[in-house]
Amino acid sequence: MKTKLALLALGTAMAATPALAELTFTALSYRTGPYAANGIPFADGYQDYFTLLNERDGGIGGEMINLVECETGYNTEKGVECYESTKGSGALVYQPLSTGITYQLIPKATADGIPVHSMGYGRTSAKNGEVFNWIFNYPANYWDGASVAIKYLLDENGGSLEGKKVALVYHNSAYGKEPIRTLQELGAKHGYELIELPVDAPGQEQKSQWLQIRRDQPDYVLMWGWGVMNQVAIQEAVNIRFPMENFIGIWWSGSENDVLPAGEGANGYKALTFHNVGSDYPVFDDIQQYVVDTGKAAGAGDQIGTALYNRGLYAAMLAAEAAKTAQEMHGTAAINAAQMRDGMENLSITEAKMTELGLPNFGPEFDVTCQNHGGNGYAAVAQWDAAAGSWSLITDYMQADLDVIDPLVAEDSAAYAAESGTTPGCM
Amino acid sequence: MIYREAGDFKTSYSKDGQTFPIRFDRVAYFTLLVVAFLVVPFVINSYWANAVLLPFLIYAIAALGLNILTGFAGQVSLGTGGFMAVGAYACYKLMTSFPDVSIAIHILLAGGITAIVGLLFGLPSLRIKGFYLAVATLAAQFFLVWLFNKVPWFYNYSASGQISSPERTVFGIAVTGPNTTPWAPYLFCLAFVVVLAWIARNLTRGAIGRKWMAIRDMDIAAEIIGVNPLMAKLSAFAVSSFFVGVAGALFFSVYLGAVEVGEAFGIQKSFLILFMIIIGGLGSIFGSFAGAAFMVLMPVLLKNVLVGGLGWPTDLAAHLEFMIVGGLIIVFLILEPHGLAALWRVTKEKLRLWPFPH
Repeated sequence: MKTKLALLALGTAMAATPALAELTFTALSYRTGPYAANGIPFADGYQDYFTLLNERDGGIGGEMINLVECETGYNTEKGVECYESTKGSGALVYQPLSTGITYQLIPKATADGIPVHSMGYGRTSAKNGEVFNWIFNYPANYWDGASVAIKYLLDENGGSLEGKKVALVYHNSAYGKEPIRTLQELGAKHGYELIELPVDAPGQEQKSQWLQIRRDQPDYVLMWGWGVMNQVAIQEAVNIRFPMENFIGIWWSGSENDVLPAGEGANGYKALTFHNVGSDYPVFDDIQQYVVDTGKAAGAGDQIGTALYNRGLYAAMLAAEAAKTAQEMHGTAAINAAQMRDGMENLSITEAKMTELGLPNFGPEFDVTCQNHGGNGYAAVAQWDAAAGSWSLITDYMQADLDVIDPLVAEDSAAYAAESGTTPGCM
Repeated sequence: MIYREAGDFKTSYSKDGQTFPIRFDRVAYFTLLVVAFLVVPFVINSYWANAVLLPFLIYAIAALGLNILTGFAGQVSLGTGGFMAVGAYACYKLMTSFPDVSIAIHILLAGGITAIVGLLFGLPSLRIKGFYLAVATLAAQFFLVWLFNKVPWFYNYSASGQISSPERTVFGIAVTGPNTTPWAPYLFCLAFVVVLAWIARNLTRGAIGRKWMAIRDMDIAAEIIGVNPLMAKLSAFAVSSFFVGVAGALFFSVYLGAVEVGEAFGIQKSFLILFMIIIGGLGSIFGSFAGAAFMVLMPVLLKNVLVGGLGWPTDLAAHLEFMIVGGLIIVFLILEPHGLAALWRVTKEKLRLWPFPH
């Protein structure tokens, strides 16, 4: 009798498995380690959006979503372990959430045929989809960010940066070094002097860099920082009384965590962003109703509406839209990774679609094509209001200077193609 | 019971002095080798290869290297991460400069280059020892990481400062790059591990190893009985750095494939390998393996049990991992301050005497 029962239970379990979640998404998140403060809101936003789709719409196209989360701690080796342990589960797309892990996964995922979406980070030249068939970094990349920051400064200065000094405070790693080349090219074009100030990981030690800023008196400071480095930099800038209006961070240096520790002093600090801020969108009402009120919110549920939560939500939304596109293209709801890739390559984000999703005016419109995996390079500038405790966009979305960036992308991706023996071309 | 020695007689000095004097140990060792070479390659998948076995094998080489320096020769070093970086960057420069030469030769050459660098940073050991030497090697750690970040020549002027390993083959089979089969890099690393462990074992029980241990136990007494401290210390630094360099080269080229120096070879790597040899057992070849296994496999095992098996939230599991691994380290060191190797030795002694303990 016991064996019979066990067999019955086993049979039920085996029969029930295929009826469970079908679309597997992975989240290589980091809720621990030195970057946890920034990793948690992103992971929460990513998870909450998929929970919302499951609860409200019954998944995507009638298929439930299975979100597999794996903790990387922003550590490359753990990231590889996570990738290897989850790739067998039918993962549709990877969000490595770290430039180091992205570099690991670019060749591995290409060989395994699983798309990677490194949204606003990773290898910038992955924008060239003919070389990086499986890698996507829309809607904007670091070189777009650098260019938009300079464009904003040009607007501020009546179209000329001649004779100005711009300092770049950057995380001394692959991530922080990415914009240097672009800023140098733009410096040659617009006549500003670039001062490069590397900060070693994790970034608490910045005294000497800010002493140098005090000595050299740059007109503007740009920052490519992440985690604790941002908070320290903003505090140091406050300490040397650097005007906050002239201090612009990349989108990873523009969260609440970065500015709150400096209190009033951080008022006026600016950061780039490729999506909107705040929680004044219809989708957040749905999240409240279907996710928070039902007790299914990720983490502590206290991050909703923060800059990085919104980014995680945006990333999940783009992944879900790509999955929908793939379902329409291939006429099947149960898509696989290769079909997901096609969906990502044919993704088209329009204002009408965003409004329909409850996110009107949340991000720029863009189309992904085989040649262009990086979107159109639109970004905006947000400013921190310390009294109100909130970010607000102070510009429209501006397009990067593609005359400068496209040749750089072509050059770097050609170097990668030569190095890895890839023949560029569409799939 | 196992480890019965009745009838296991030694009739010559060479038999008495062999690495595994007990027949059971010998049989177990050769069985392990046979399984590792002839069974495991056929059964592993890419998860086992890339997430479990490769890091274990590579860290075992690094732990062997540090154990030679710290465990056998008594020279405390905190520069392991930096020396691994030397191996990795040397391997990268060689791979990209001489693409036609076999990767195996590049890895050995990278070890050789690291040996020279290690020798240079070992020079202070002639004047200082203990904590002061640890600080000197710490300087090596920071200097080397800074150097590889600062000088673009080392990373071939790439925009991001990352180095990534191109595909290289051994006997026509890819061992680096993304298109490898799981068994190829595993066997490649295993071959290095077996050969290097064999070399380490034979070095440490020969004349050189005795000199190292004499220096470790009391350097003045060693000098009086005729050990040249210059030769002993510098040879320990060179041999140790060679091992660490090979580990770094394999770590970069075969295991990860792309490396960023500050993240992959930072100070925490030096500490990790130091913990491996402390937990595994200072001055023991087996201890290097045991320590590497403990530090590499335990977190993976805990993760799979807590997240995969019990379905706990990933952050809770990650924090518990820290606590459990940390707690186990403390417990091990209280129960057996000489590490897992000593624990194993005691167990073995007891088993040999069983059922008549004394």
